[in-house]
Amino acid sequence: MRADPSHYELVAPQNLEAVLALMDREPGAWTPIAGGTDLMVLYAAGKLPACKLVSIWNLPELRQIEVLPEEIRMGAGCTYTDLRTNDIIAREFPLLASAAAWTGGIANQNRGTVGGNIVNASPAADSLPALLVYEASLTLVSARGERKLPYGQFHQAYKRHALQPGELIRTIRLPRRFSGYFSYARKVGARRAQAIAKVCIAALGKVEGGKIVDARIALGSVAPVPLRLGDTEEALLGKNPERELATLAAQTVARQIQPIDDIRSTVRYRTAVAANLVAEFVEALGSQAGRE
Amino acid sequence: MALIPETAKQTIELRVNGLPRSVLVRPMERLLDVLRHELGLTGAKEGCGEGECGSCSVLLDGQLVNSCLVPIAQAHGSSVLTIEGLTADKRLHPLQQAFLSCNGAQCGICTPGMILAAVHLLNKHPEPTLAEIREGLSGNLCRCTGYSQIFEAIRQAANPGASE
Repeated sequence: MRADPSHYELVAPQNLEAVLALMDREPGAWTPIAGGTDLMVLYAAGKLPACKLVSIWNLPELRQIEVLPEEIRMGAGCTYTDLRTNDIIAREFPLLASAAAWTGGIANQNRGTVGGNIVNASPAADSLPALLVYEASLTLVSARGERKLPYGQFHQAYKRHALQPGELIRTIRLPRRFSGYFSYARKVGARRAQAIAKVCIAALGKVEGGKIVDARIALGSVAPVPLRLGDTEEALLGKNPERELATLAAQTVARQIQPIDDIRSTVRYRTAVAANLVAEFVEALGSQAGRE
Repeated sequence: MALIPETAKQTIELRVNGLPRSVLVRPMERLLDVLRHELGLTGAKEGCGEGECGSCSVLLDGQLVNSCLVPIAQAHGSSVLTIEGLTADKRLHPLQQAFLSCNGAQCGICTPGMILAAVHLLNKHPEPTLAEIREGLSGNLCRCTGYSQIFEAIRQAANPGASE
C-alpha cells in the first residue's frame, strides 16, 4: 500500500553542520536521504520504516571531488553523473566510471549518490566491487568528530554496516596508485539497460616479467555483502596468467562465495558465472600482458 | 506505522515551466503528485512509481529526474520543466514535431518522459550518435513502438537536414 505523506517528516537543513547537529540531538531517529533512488522506492511501496528524514541532497560539503597528489576525495553526495563526468576518475579509476555508467538510467544517475549506494548496502550494487578493489577508505562524520575506516570493513552482514547513530559518510577516498593496472569489469544481468546484476565483477591486475605481481578481484550479488576474493587473489600471485591458471582460479571461486536463489537468478547460475568471470579476467590479463 | 503526529503542510516555492509557483503541501509529497494534483500538470505520468520506467521524467534544475522519486521538500527553490513547458507560443517543440512525423508515439503514456529525456540528451549532446541516443533514453520504457521510431525522431530533431 502507498505510504501516506502525512506520516513522514522531512527537513532540509542548509549545511552539513546543521544536519549533524539534528542527528546528534536524537541519535538514530533521523534517517538521511540523498537522491531518494532507494528510499523513495521503499516509501512508494509503504515499506519505509523511518518516519523522520533529513535531506542531505546537494549539500555542497558532500558534492565535491577533490584531487590531491596521493588520492582523490569524493564527497559522499556525488552522483553517478558527477563520477562519470570527472576526467581523473575516467582516466585512473575506469572500473568506477563504468560501474557508474551501468547504474540505472540517466535520471537515476543524476540523483543516485555513491554514499547512498554504500549505505544502502545492496550486495548487487554496481559500484561497490570497484570501491573494494581500489582500496577505498571512508571518512565518517558526526557532530562529535570524524573517523576513518577502510571501506573493506564497512559492511558487516546483509544490510548491516559500521555507521553509528548520528554518523554519515562524508568522503570516499581513493589512492591514486592503480593507473598502470589492467582493469576488468563485467555486469551480467537480464539486459544492458535498467537491470540489476545477477553477478558483477571488478578486477585489477598487474603483470611484470610474465608473472602476476598484484591481483584484486571483487564480486557483487554472490554474498550478503560485496565480496573481495582474497584466496583467488593469493592463488594468482607469482604465476603466469595463462589458461591453466584461469581454470585454477575459477575453481577457487565457489569456496568463497555464498550466492542465493532469488527473483534475478539462482545459486547454480551465479556460481558458474562468477567462476567464468574470474577465468575471463585472468585470460584477459594474460593477453593484455602478451601485447606489451 | 504512524509514529509521529500528522506532519504539517508547508509552503514550497519553485519555478515550474518558467513561472513562480507556490504550493502548500507535506514535505514528503512526491514532485510527481504535486505537479499533477496541485498544479494540474498531468503530462508527467505515473508508470511504475519506483524510478524504473521514466514516464514521470521531468527536468529539475536542468537535470533529468524521475519525479516519482523526488520528495517535494528537495525541490524547494528549484526550477522544473515539464512537457507542458516545452511548447512556446502554441507551437510544437522540434522534438514533438519529430515524434509526430516519425510515428514515435502510440498510446502516449511514455511520450512526455521520452521527449524530456531527449531534451536532456540534446542539451548535452547536440548531435548524438545512435549509441548516445540509446543510452540517453535507457531509463524510459515504451511498450508500443519498439523504440526505432523514437530513436529516429531524436535523430531527425537533432539534425533536421539529414535524410534516413
